[in-house]
Amino acid sequence: MEITSPTFKANARAALADPQLQQALGHIRTGFIEKRAAAVAELPEFERLREQGRAIKNHTLENLDLYLEAYEEKVLEEGGVVHWAETADDARAIVLDICRSVGALSVTKGKTMISEEIGLNEYLAENGIAPVETDLGEYIIQIRDEAPSHIIAPAVHLTREQVEADFRRLHTHLPPERDLSDAGKLLGEARQVLRQRFLEADVGITGANFLVAETGTSIIVTNEGNGDLTQTLPKVHIVLASIEKIVPTLEDASQILRLLARSATGQDMSVYTTFSTGPRRRDDPDGPGEYHVVILDNGRSGMLGTEFQDMLRCIRCAACMNHCPVYQEIGGHAYGWVYPGPMGAVLTPQLIGIDKAANLPNASTFCGRCEAVCPMKIPLPNMMRHWREREFERHLQPTTYRTGLGLWAFFARRPRLYQFVTGIAMRILGNMGARKGRFRRLPFASGWTKYRDMPAPAGATFQEMWAARKRNAA
Amino acid sequence: MAGTASGQSTELPTGPTEGPSVALFVTCLVDLFRPNVGFAAVRLIEASGCRVDVPAAQTCCGQPAYNSGDRRDAAAIARQVIAAFEPYDYVVAPSGSCAGMLKVHYPELLQDDPIWAVRAKAFSAKVHELVSFLADVRGMTGVEAAFQGTVTYHDSCSGLRELGVREQPRRLLRSVDGLKLVELKDADVCCGFGGTFCVKYADISDAIVERKTAAIAGSGAGTLLAGDLGCLLNMAGKLSREGRPVAVRHVAEVLAGMADGPAIGEPEE
Amino acid sequence: MSTRDAILGKIRRSLGVHAEDSARNAAVDGRLLQHAPGVIPARGQVSPDAKLVLFTRLVEKTGATTIRVPSTTAVPDAVAEYLRGRNLPAKVRMGDDALLEALPWQHTQIEREKGPSDGHDPVGLSHAFGAVAESGTLVLVSGNANPTTLNFLPETHIVVLLRDDLAGDYEMIWKKLRAEYGRAMPRTVNMITGPSRSADIEQTIVRGAHGPRNLHIIIVD
Repeated sequence: MEITSPTFKANARAALADPQLQQALGHIRTGFIEKRAAAVAELPEFERLREQGRAIKNHTLENLDLYLEAYEEKVLEEGGVVHWAETADDARAIVLDICRSVGALSVTKGKTMISEEIGLNEYLAENGIAPVETDLGEYIIQIRDEAPSHIIAPAVHLTREQVEADFRRLHTHLPPERDLSDAGKLLGEARQVLRQRFLEADVGITGANFLVAETGTSIIVTNEGNGDLTQTLPKVHIVLASIEKIVPTLEDASQILRLLARSATGQDMSVYTTFSTGPRRRDDPDGPGEYHVVILDNGRSGMLGTEFQDMLRCIRCAACMNHCPVYQEIGGHAYGWVYPGPMGAVLTPQLIGIDKAANLPNASTFCGRCEAVCPMKIPLPNMMRHWREREFERHLQPTTYRTGLGLWAFFARRPRLYQFVTGIAMRILGNMGARKGRFRRLPFASGWTKYRDMPAPAGATFQEMWAARKRNAA
Repeated sequence: MAGTASGQSTELPTGPTEGPSVALFVTCLVDLFRPNVGFAAVRLIEASGCRVDVPAAQTCCGQPAYNSGDRRDAAAIARQVIAAFEPYDYVVAPSGSCAGMLKVHYPELLQDDPIWAVRAKAFSAKVHELVSFLADVRGMTGVEAAFQGTVTYHDSCSGLRELGVREQPRRLLRSVDGLKLVELKDADVCCGFGGTFCVKYADISDAIVERKTAAIAGSGAGTLLAGDLGCLLNMAGKLSREGRPVAVRHVAEVLAGMADGPAIGEPEE
Repeated sequence: MSTRDAILGKIRRSLGVHAEDSARNAAVDGRLLQHAPGVIPARGQVSPDAKLVLFTRLVEKTGATTIRVPSTTAVPDAVAEYLRGRNLPAKVRMGDDALLEALPWQHTQIEREKGPSDGHDPVGLSHAFGAVAESGTLVLVSGNANPTTLNFLPETHIVVLLRDDLAGDYEMIWKKLRAEYGRAMPRTVNMITGPSRSADIEQTIVRGAHGPRNLHIIIVD
């Protein structure tokens, strides 16, 4: 997937000026937020579950090697195959290999962000295999040749009108005068078109919300049932999962599942939560004959033992971006790669490098709403700050910015000098601004005054006035 | 000079000579832009029965350095602040973000230094945001102040999420004689200031603050209050640019009965 | 060195741990063996009657329909009535499930086709392994008795649930599953909470994405 994170500012500007996008984003501001709040309000144990979720994941991460081994052992016991992939290239090659081994011509896909991360679709297409996205949102963006803009609602940046236009453009075998005037009719058409693809597929690829070490089980969570049709009908099922998806037991998974749908869409449970273990058994009349799990590292093992380890607790619920004032204004594409919003701001620099992704952890006010709603209590603003520290250490920030900050710090560490200089500066500014009380324009402050007036300072500083009062009292 | 405290409270310091000692952390924005807030804070803290002092060796809490990744300068400033303020019983700041920096982040900044880690932890326990100090520590349930008009209140992010400041300002505002408090829609959503964010990502910040000023206008209030001058300068600047007739003040000014002078961004008559 | 060893090695180096550390291994083995439950919400820890009320309320909120029948003998008629009411043909696809097999189907005209669905069945009929009152969730298990495709391909899914199989929480279901299946899980356990839906277009919720558009639950006392 093309990386445009370096042009984040331009991306954001375009997003702010895009009326269709702004209209579509309006649904996030209400829908997701209100629904989550209602679901949380109905579950008195929610806070305790958050504590549990954090504890379970922390314990698992501290012992990730052992749990991965235990998981692998169980998968093999149940007749599955486990593949290990260190890099995106490794993972792509493994998937292609499996597809080729069964002469796969058509492949259906459930929604998996890992496949976006490794650029799987383009790679398969280059190698003569056409993957079909079956999640409605993923299908829509696939036909638009776009990337997802949200990790659970990939097409959230589109209006209904845009989707209708795309369906008409692509589904030319259907009568042009047909009615597609509401979401229901569009969904009905997608259902009809994709049904045949489900039935024809040789290989089905899904992600995994969790991998359960106790039983060698992969868990997928959907509302549509597309993931289930993807993994049940073809002769081969491939699970793509990164190393931190492991949880120890079914009971541990149940704790975190209680947090997931509520945090994501405000449902108590998604419609389909499916636990899959190995290929078809002797007494299974349906199901895949082969079950493969591709376990991907891609930089995550390097996060363990660092100040970024907590990010590996993420369960991809998207609550953070739904509540983020920045994401709400610019949507997901502006972030420039696979993972947007606060979780993207922390994860992206790790996966593609801070030099390319620097804008992401910087474009935050640290309002803290993300951390407040994160079901796994991930300290997102702190980790964004840690990225800024890495940036500072590597001198990646613009020189003017760094110099300005250095100057401020120089004075701030010398109170008497500071008070002397600021006393003069505020007197000047105060005089300049006295008549109107504010500045419409101010040299060196055009970043501010482009959009806002600058209130004029009082003219005397508090320190001066306090010192004067003390002198008078003495 | 615009917005000075002249014509307001120039009485000589006649506060309590007994009671706990409070060191006022003025904050750079209050110091430089609007001293009236500092004087309002002094009056309120004294009214709660404490002695107030303002250590001279204070400039900034160090957030600009800290949030830009410059831990070294931030830690140096932290040590400076702790050394100047730790002799007092309490450290009070009329700002959720500065109080949050001192209380929550100084211990993290200095955690690797065995001596300073201890001092930072002890210091942190003394730090409070102004309104929560009055309500939660001093037990104030009301103030002796009057203010005619409808007021709405914005929850500054750090105060709200780092320090739990939410009910306290509302409770105290409701005790102000003549004041009518209306809730702001999405009061707890960021105003878009975020320190350097508002100039580094000015387009996004503008979109966020526009949403905020629309909500402020929708509340029907004639006055906007909050507990952080950064937020207030941002929102006042946008309201002014949009020509919206809403007066903007720091909540301390209203609670202290010192809201007669020019509002933020307004000239002195 | 295999990729597997490379990754595990990286993990161990990052964490500063050793594979042979006996304390770690004991902790991990212990947790896997004990599979201790965590926080179980109080809402499902209620009397059987209250559980039924909760289950019904939550599952109907999703757009599923429910009906209570006094005994298993009433099930075929309930199925027939439902099909008639929806103008559906009197035909269902089902598996070898013993309970469903033993029902008095001869009273009805319903044509029963056995085996997994191939995508051309309008109605699937399953017998639930259990259900969870806490979230209005049905639990269905793969196998000849109730093939997985019945849960997803037909546009209408009818599920028979015995009241006694209604648990308060997921933890009870895992207990029951382990008791029946031992340490080996069935190929698929489906937890189903309502009919298929999507909100991918403008956050408007629409039913019948790819799974069943209609879910009807016959609860047997």
